[in-house]
Amino acid sequence: MNDNDVVRDLTLDGNAVAGLLEEVFGADMTTADGECAHCGSANAVGALRAYTRAPGVVLRCPACGGVIARIVQTPRGTLVDLRGAAHLAMRR
Amino acid sequence: MSQKFVSRGFTGKRERAGGQGARVPPGQHLVSDFPVLSAGPTPRTDLARWTFTIDGLVTAPVSWSWADFQHLPVQDFVKDISCVTKWTKLDTRWRGVSVDTLFEHVELDPRAVALIASCDGGYTTNLLLSDALNGQAFVAYEYDGKPLAPEHGGPARLVVPHLYFWKSAKWVRGLRLVNKDAPGFWESLGYHIRGDPWKEQRYTDD
Repeated sequence: MNDNDVVRDLTLDGNAVAGLLEEVFGADMTTADGECAHCGSANAVGALRAYTRAPGVVLRCPACGGVIARIVQTPRGTLVDLRGAAHLAMRR
Repeated sequence: MSQKFVSRGFTGKRERAGGQGARVPPGQHLVSDFPVLSAGPTPRTDLARWTFTIDGLVTAPVSWSWADFQHLPVQDFVKDISCVTKWTKLDTRWRGVSVDTLFEHVELDPRAVALIASCDGGYTTNLLLSDALNGQAFVAYEYDGKPLAPEHGGPARLVVPHLYFWKSAKWVRGLRLVNKDAPGFWESLGYHIRGDPWKEQRYTDD
């Protein structure tokens, strides 16, 4: 196995954390549209890059790689950082 | 995990089996592999453009090229490491340059009390100087006798083995001296500002 295989194994998309996102937002977020605060790209949350083998979950923009969201669950609660999301549009 | 069900007899046996139990911090389990954790894609930095910089509260910043960095006095380290995701790995073998050696090249401003490590890919982590000096931290570029693999932080990573391994920033490119211990990437979102595994400082307020 070469390095690239290891890296590819780590790279999921936002659909892989659908359950966690639904827990946090109370709605299915995978079809929500998000705007990257770093580069302005628009992508469905399900299409973001998800890094889950880490102390928390990190969602990154597929266009620029910038961090759009971070979610950490601790024994005392859930912390969410959405500074990298200019907006999120949830569908009804 | 199921610690409350572990009988005294079993713990005792584990202690006798090489005494490794005494080296595993509370809430951790031993692994023999080397798990790869990452908050982002693995950066690929051309060594010809790689630099390592110490700046911030120093009289004059210093920067090394990859070639210059290889000429700094090198040391071998054999260390136990513990990740906040609960694995501990014993006797990991590293080669690199101690932070003490790096700091011989700068004059610290007396206001400097902490540092922020910065990395390719944008990751940051904070350390008190009292956790970075006196042989406690180093910048490693070899692991187990080979160049440090990119997924483990190569070409070079910070290693601070007495703290949880998120402090051992992969792809490190510099240390900035600061007058306040300000939280880095994980410390700013629920993780402990210091992260001592022996005190189980996993989360803020632990």
